[in-house]
Amino acid sequence: MSSAAGTDPAAEPGRTPAVTVLPTQRGGWLVAIVALAVAILFPFVEGGAGDEGTMSIAFFVVIYMAAVSAWNIFTGYSGYLALGHAVFFGTGAYTLALAVKDWNVPAGWTTMWLLPLCGVVAGALAIPLGLVALRTRRHVFVVVTIAFFFIFQTLATNLSFTGGTAGIQVVSPPWTYPVYNVNFYYVGLVVVVATLALSWSVRRSRFGLQLMAIRDDEDRARGMGVKTTRVKLAAFVISAVPVGIAGGLFANFQNGVYPQGAFDPLFDLALALMGFIGGIGTLSGPLLGALVLESLQQKFTQIFSNDGLYLIIYGALFLAVLLLLPRGIVPSVAEQIRSWRARRGGRTAEAAAGSGLPKVAR
Amino acid sequence: MSFDALVEAIIDGVLTGGVYALMAAGLSLIFGVMDIINIAQGAMVVLGAYLSYVLSVHLGIDLFLGLLITVPAMLLLGMFLEWGFMRRLREGDRTSMSILVTYAFAIIIEGFLTLSFGTDYDQLSAPYINSSVHILNFYLPDIYIFGFALAAVVMAGLYVIFFRTKFGRGLRASLQNRTAADLIGINVNRTRMLAVGIGVGVTAAGGMVYGATNAFNPGSGYDLISRLLAIVILGGMGSIGGAMASAVFLLVAADIVAVAWEPTWSILVFYAAIILVLSFRPQGLFGARAARAQ
Repeated sequence: MSSAAGTDPAAEPGRTPAVTVLPTQRGGWLVAIVALAVAILFPFVEGGAGDEGTMSIAFFVVIYMAAVSAWNIFTGYSGYLALGHAVFFGTGAYTLALAVKDWNVPAGWTTMWLLPLCGVVAGALAIPLGLVALRTRRHVFVVVTIAFFFIFQTLATNLSFTGGTAGIQVVSPPWTYPVYNVNFYYVGLVVVVATLALSWSVRRSRFGLQLMAIRDDEDRARGMGVKTTRVKLAAFVISAVPVGIAGGLFANFQNGVYPQGAFDPLFDLALALMGFIGGIGTLSGPLLGALVLESLQQKFTQIFSNDGLYLIIYGALFLAVLLLLPRGIVPSVAEQIRSWRARRGGRTAEAAAGSGLPKVAR
Repeated sequence: MSFDALVEAIIDGVLTGGVYALMAAGLSLIFGVMDIINIAQGAMVVLGAYLSYVLSVHLGIDLFLGLLITVPAMLLLGMFLEWGFMRRLREGDRTSMSILVTYAFAIIIEGFLTLSFGTDYDQLSAPYINSSVHILNFYLPDIYIFGFALAAVVMAGLYVIFFRTKFGRGLRASLQNRTAADLIGINVNRTRMLAVGIGVGVTAAGGMVYGATNAFNPGSGYDLISRLLAIVILGGMGSIGGAMASAVFLLVAADIVAVAWEPTWSILVFYAAIILVLSFRPQGLFGARAARAQ
């Protein structure tokens, strides 16, 4: 109970700082280690490495896990809904494609060393964009990020060095098929772990508390001495870096980029949807959201291969989540566990129950 | 750039501006009433275009006459969306959540249209779509003139509804202070539901003119929404007259960019307008009301 909200408990007695929600609680580490082990061993499981389709789905799942976790560092902790992170995804994708083309980078593992560059370029781009967008608040901010997205889509289509609508080809790594997907999967997994570590350390830091104070009440946070613009901008830039890396990895996996694939409005929406389903502002929520949604989505496209039906299901699912589970799976489950413990009695449970259930979403 | 080309760009811009104002009116209205940013506005325009398409191709009903069917149909759709979803959003972060919810509407509408019509481009056809009048050196397509006239009539109608009727007074009262409006006997929920219905219904008219002047497919809504947002933001969210003025202004600017520079870059006028206006004058150029920036 140290956060900014804690200094003024009288104002909102029902609020528990989000910091104490899963999975930094006891057992969180155990769950994390088991999950990581499962993820590492997954390609060796029956139907894993042997099945090209499954590993391809697994690759897209880890890409989205990294991107949503990164998006969550900004949106989840600051409360500002960003709907333009496809800009950073696309920028990372184009950075990799252009670097490979212009520097004649050999295909294969060497290309992977370009990924940090993709992150740096995306992060550098986030500085001017953030400076403009963060002049505004809340819903105006959302609209500005959408506008940025469309500007970059237009630029990618029309500038000469991006190759127009055809985009840029990237030479395919010389790997045979099951190995191809497995290699990309592991690189993606490394990005996920690194992003999670970043998210975890932000959350535990003074910086993270400042962000969450902004989320709870920006004016009050500023009044208490949080340099709000600087904090928000830093979070925006930090969250752009892993998304850029994911974009670069995506371009490498797809052997190229084109504007509609790199700057995809559905990508923006997917990040938000996955974040909201899992629970934004939590560590495990984005992972869970990406796992559930991306694997469902890939399966849907494999089964139906019908755009229309898939779009309807996707949209309806999104609506259902927003209306029925506005706080996401992880916070709702955490709340259930806490109230269940409270009913059984016990010291920790009483502490949790004493502070009440968090009424405020996010 | 010749003088004639410039004049033609300006005339074109004014006429298409009317069409865009008609498409943007619903967006502005729904924001004004509900504080909801309707990302599905583009998809609704396309839905309106397809409804007119079905009526004219399968039943042979004239496009303008068909509005007597499509506008009430979309009005009911709007009332349903307000009743089913919009009013259920929490008060605190309603605007941000509304962007996600209406984005979901857009995807569902796009899905239904893709299922029914496929992704090929269609265009509405009628005798007056390909004919034009010749004034001085310029050929003005009839449909643009009719569309502009329709926009003017609809905008005037909206003005009358909101400023000269009891319903409009109740609506404006419930915008200013919900609780007080409740207390003096205004049924705020019903008023809002009807207002959102009118906003979506008007969009059917915009969709018809859009479909008559552009080829469209179920995904065209994404292209539109950024322009419509730019118009509404520049005009001041919630202001109908502002939407008209800013639509004409932006379309003229875009046409001049297209003539003077290159057509592919004209779209940037809209994005630049969004960012500049929101960063430096969040209430819009024509909006007098203070921005609800929080």
